[in-house]
Order: sequence, then structure tokens, then C-alpha cells
Amino acid sequence: MNTLRHLLLKEFRQIFRNPAILRMILVMPVVQLLVFPLAADYEVRNIRLAVVDQDGSDYSQTLRSRIAASGYFKAVYVGPVFEEGFRLLERDGVDLVLEVPAGFERSMVREQAGSLAVSMHAVNGARAAVGGVYLGRILAAFNREIRSEWQFPSVGRGEGISVSVRYWYNRFMNYRIFMVPAILAILVTMVGVYMCSLNIVKEKEVGTIEQINVSPVRKYQFILGKLLPFWLIGVFVFTLGLLLVARLIYGIVPAGSLALLYAYLGLYLVAVLGIGLLISTYSNTQQQAMSLAFFSTMIFILMSGLFTPVESMPGWAQGMARLNPVTYFIEVMRLVVVKGSTFADIRRHFAVMAVFAVVINAWAVLHYRKTS
Amino acid sequence: MMQQFLLFVQKEFIHVFRDKKTLLLLFGLPVAQILLFGFALTNEIRHAGVVVVDLSRDALSRRLTDRIAASHHFDLVATGTDPTVADRLFRRGEAKLAVVFPPDFAATLVREGGADLQVVADAADPNTANALANYLTNIVLDFQRELRNGTDAPFRIHLETRMVYNPSLRGVTNFVPGVMALVLLLVCVLMTSVSIVREKEQGTMEVLLVSPFHPVLVILSKAVPYLALSLVNLGVILLLSVHVLDLPVQGSILLLLGESTLMILTALSLGLLISNVTASQQTAMLISLMGMLLPTILLTGFMFPLENMPWPLQAVSNLLPSKWYYIIVKAVMVKGLGFSAVWKETAVLAAMTVLLLVLSIRNFKIRLA
Repeated sequence: MNTLRHLLLKEFRQIFRNPAILRMILVMPVVQLLVFPLAADYEVRNIRLAVVDQDGSDYSQTLRSRIAASGYFKAVYVGPVFEEGFRLLERDGVDLVLEVPAGFERSMVREQAGSLAVSMHAVNGARAAVGGVYLGRILAAFNREIRSEWQFPSVGRGEGISVSVRYWYNRFMNYRIFMVPAILAILVTMVGVYMCSLNIVKEKEVGTIEQINVSPVRKYQFILGKLLPFWLIGVFVFTLGLLLVARLIYGIVPAGSLALLYAYLGLYLVAVLGIGLLISTYSNTQQQAMSLAFFSTMIFILMSGLFTPVESMPGWAQGMARLNPVTYFIEVMRLVVVKGSTFADIRRHFAVMAVFAVVINAWAVLHYRKTS
Repeated sequence: MMQQFLLFVQKEFIHVFRDKKTLLLLFGLPVAQILLFGFALTNEIRHAGVVVVDLSRDALSRRLTDRIAASHHFDLVATGTDPTVADRLFRRGEAKLAVVFPPDFAATLVREGGADLQVVADAADPNTANALANYLTNIVLDFQRELRNGTDAPFRIHLETRMVYNPSLRGVTNFVPGVMALVLLLVCVLMTSVSIVREKEQGTMEVLLVSPFHPVLVILSKAVPYLALSLVNLGVILLLSVHVLDLPVQGSILLLLGESTLMILTALSLGLLISNVTASQQTAMLISLMGMLLPTILLTGFMFPLENMPWPLQAVSNLLPSKWYYIIVKAVMVKGLGFSAVWKETAVLAAMTVLLLVLSIRNFKIRLA
């Protein structure tokens, strides 16, 4: 126990002596958590629109004002020349071009049907699809308006099946409630994996690990001495992010229990530090450790469901996502913080993470013995 | 002189090729990213869990339920008459949408010509909730059309939609240029800065600097291998994109290669600058990784639309070379535009490169502390 205490003292001294590392622990997570939820905003607003109005009728004007009133669109260009609208589309000046063909109103009145054409800038397919949805809604409402103008209000509801949607857990559709907990999870992961793996390999590279190896310090003491400080730093970074940034700046108060979150964090950090340890046993230089850590965290982050939902992935990719500890931590963060899930809801997540923690650390420790 | 320089370049190449784990990062990462983005990551929502609470249990509600279950957007995970099941499944993360048929659904629809269908969406993820509600509304609209024997309601405006540049709305059109920007920037910055700082840390830099070889050339010889490797990388990405992901280069390949070389030079100069102002590998890595990985992913514009961000972030994004490069690649590769469309972005990148080079040469110290 005394040995462990001295080792811990040594580690903390080394960590706190280095201002770059301190900055990374304190400033980076706060700054990134402050900045990135503002950036990671999938909500589609301010869709820039060019209206090519070759009809110039009352209907086309009403339609234009309905689109402007929706708040999703910003008309950048209004005019009769399609080529001008399309040129803007080419230069990224607008996201979509709406064409009202000549004779639109006449066709609506005479034939009770008309058509419009939309050209969307679809390089970002998701954004184009959402823009199309909004435009479709506005057109449907405009449709109903015209219909009720021309027909007597029908008896009863007459509109067929009307779908009313209620949004649970996040009534104001705030995207940040969804992103902040997940980004915090990523930050904790990066701090854990990078710091843990680099720290151990540095001792290898500088040669000080030889001194520890020839001293009476036992292997488990050495590993615990390395893991514990980073476990504490992980908890500290998480607390800083959750209580300071998420609560004070974004006003996000976890709907579920804090104790549950910390219990999961504790387990998760054991698994993540195990990954750091594993990486360090497979590398001899800091550059190698960094390459491995960077490669693995990159894949972990992409496959975690942070940006794109796991359910949408093909089967083999879902399998990969299920072998990724980050996926589970992000899910738990979102479930507990946003929806207030309880232990009973996420006990499967606990079980899986416990398996990860044991397997990864056992692998790392076994491999560690062989190499030294 | 030239021969000396080539020898130094050769030494650097040996350093790079000796280290298999670094090679994994250099060549494995771009390939893995292209394949993941191409095949695994999609913004379209598929197989979202849906719960049907059917309080009516009539022929119509059953037909509509079948219709929902048949859609590739939805997976039916539970049906029943108990409304609380939705909340339970939402909290476990197993369902994202619940559809509630009120009692006497079909009877009301026939008698009054209309009926309400209640949909509850798990809005923890607002975008998914919106998209799913929309898919469901479309299924219901189609279903109604079918009930009316396929006739449109009168005064219907038909909307003809043309998706320019990406007719099938694939994610790769957006991701491939993004991955190219990300990989070129990160790999070059990271590798150059670390390989220079390692020589400082291990003391071998002292040896190089006291040699008769000009110090600036020592540094330049460090950049050459990464320039070459990045070009190889770029070739691999483009080959994968064209032959595996089916995303051809619409514009001039020469222009694309030229712009990419400019981007690599920008990244190498940034790496040089970082190596000049840091003393330890750890610091250099932390700056390159923590300080550049997330900003590049988030602020380049390929993950999240820049127009949505608050103006300070938009301003910061202008400082990232990857943002400009991403615009250029999109224009040349996807839209097939020529140099006249991207000269402004090219000028910005060139200016950044010159500025970074000047800064790093001025900060370059021949004597170590």
C-alpha cells in the first residue's frame, strides 16, 4: 500500500509539473464543450432559396410569402431567369431553386392542378432531404388553403386521417441536449486513451521504466499506479463538463440520477484506460502509441453513433458498433441525461461494459508481462 | 548540396517505413475512413424501432400497421393495447416512435370522413424525431391515396424535385471530399511536427544542426517524405472513391491534384510551425490531436452545415485550411467546375501557406535551449 502511495505521488507530480498536460485537462474539455455543441447543429435553418418566378401571378406571390413566413427559408434571389438562379446554386450561393412556371395560376384554376419544379443542391444529401420536407409541408398547407377557397367547407373533418405528432423528452427540439452529453463522453474517452497510453510509453522511450522494473515495485502496483491518476482525471474532466459547462452554460440538468451516471463513468473509465494500457503495451515509441491511439479513437468515434444513428448502419457495421465501448457510453449518457432512464433500463449496458473492462484489462496485463 | 539533401530525405523515408504502426495510421486511416463513410455511416434513418398501440383493432388499423412495418425506415418492435409500453421502450433506447390508433379508428374514418392518428416521437434526437414523423406522415398519405383508389385530391400542386449533383442523395458525395480534407490536414500536421520534435527530444537534432548542412534544409528534408506519402494517400483515396464508392471525379484531375498539393503544403507548414514552438512530442501531439481533430471534423463543413453556426464559429472556421480545401474539392470533384470557380479559395490557401512558412522560419531556432 505504501509503495502504491509513493507511485501515485510520483505520477501526480509528473502530471502537474507539465503545463501542457494541465492545460489539456482543464482548458481543452471546457473550451471544446463550449464550442462544439454550437457547431454540431444538424437542425436545418436558413435554407437559402432562389425563386425563379415566371408566372408573376397572385398565387406565386402568395406562395412566396408563405415560404418566407415559415422561417426556414431565406430568399436570396427572386427573378424570372432560371440561369441566374442555377448559377447561384453552382457557386454555393443558394441551397435550392424553386421554379414557378409560366401559367401556373391558370393551370390551377382551369385544370385544378399545377406543377412546380425544385432543384436542390444535394451534395449534402441529408440537408437537401430536410429542405425538401419543409418545402413539401409549406406546399401542402398552401394546397389546403386553395382547396378551401374553391370548395365549400366539407361536412365533418373530411381531410381523411390527420396525423398529430407529439415530441417527448425534448419538447423544444433542442439539439444541444442531445449533443452535449455525447461530446462530453468523447472528450472523456480521448483524455483517457491518449494520456494513459502516452504516459506509459514515455517511460519506455526515456528509459525510466527500466528503473521501475528493477525496483521491488510489483507489476500490479505499477499498473494501478498508472491507472488510478488517470481514472481520477477522467472523473474530474467529466465533472467539470457535466456540472460546469453543461449545467451552467447550456442549462442541461440530467433527468436521471447523477449517481447512476457516475457509476457508469467509473466502470467505463476502467475499460477506456485498459485500452490506453493495451496500446502502450503494443508500442515502443510515443509516435507509435499516438498512431495507434489516434487510429482507434477515430474509428471508435465514427462508429459510436455520435453523428449517425447506429440502427441505420448495415449489419456488419452494427456488429462493429456493438463491439465499441464508446457506443454504450454515449447511449447511456443520452438515455440517462435526456430521458431519465433508471438502472433497470440500462442494466444490459452495465453488463456489457463490465465484460469490456475485464477483457481489455486482462488482455493488457497478460501482454504486458510477456514483453517485459 | 543536392546529393546531401537527397540523403537526408532518404534517412527520413527509412524512419517512416521502419515504423509499421505509424504506417498503419498513415495508410490505414484514410482507407478505413473512406470505407466506413462509404458503407457504414449514413444520415438516412433506417430500421428505427416503432411501437404500435392499437386501441381499435380493426381491418384498417391492421392494414396501416402492416404498411408501417413494411417500410425500410421502421422496424416494428412491439404492438399492443397498453400505451405505457412506449415510454418503457423509449427509456431503454429500443424504440423511437409510437403510433396510437384511437378506439373505433375505422368506424370514425368512414362515418365522419376523418380520424385522428396520434404519433409520439422520442425527441431526444430532434432530427431523427422529425424525419421519422415525416416518413410516417408520408406512409399515411400514400395509404389514403390508395383508399381513394389512387386519385389525387383536387387542386393538388405537383412538385417536381431534381436533386442536383447527387440524385440518389448518397452520403459519400459529401463525405469523400470531407475525408480528403481531414486526412491530408491531420496526417501531415501530426507526422511532420512529431518527427521533428522527436529529434529535439532525443537530442539527435543537435547533431543535425551542427552538421555542415543548412538547418533550413534539415527541416525541409523532413517535409519531403510526408509530401510524397500524402500524394500516394490521395491517389488511394481517389481510386477507392472512383472504383469502390462509384463517385467519379467530374472535373479536371490535374486541377484536383494541384489543389491537393497546395493543401498538403499548407498542412506541412502548419506542422513545421507547431514543431518550432513545442519542445516535447507529447505537447506536439496534444496540440495536433486534441486541438485539431475535433475542430477539423466539426468546422470543415462536411459534418455540420457552417451556415447554422453562430458567427464567431463561422469566423474561426475561416482559419481552417481544411474548410477552403473542402469547398475546392466539392467544386472540382463533385460539381465538375473549373479553376475560375475556385480561384478565391485557392488564393486563401496559398496565402495561408506563405504566412505559415514565414512564421515558422522566423521562429526556427538554430540553437537549442
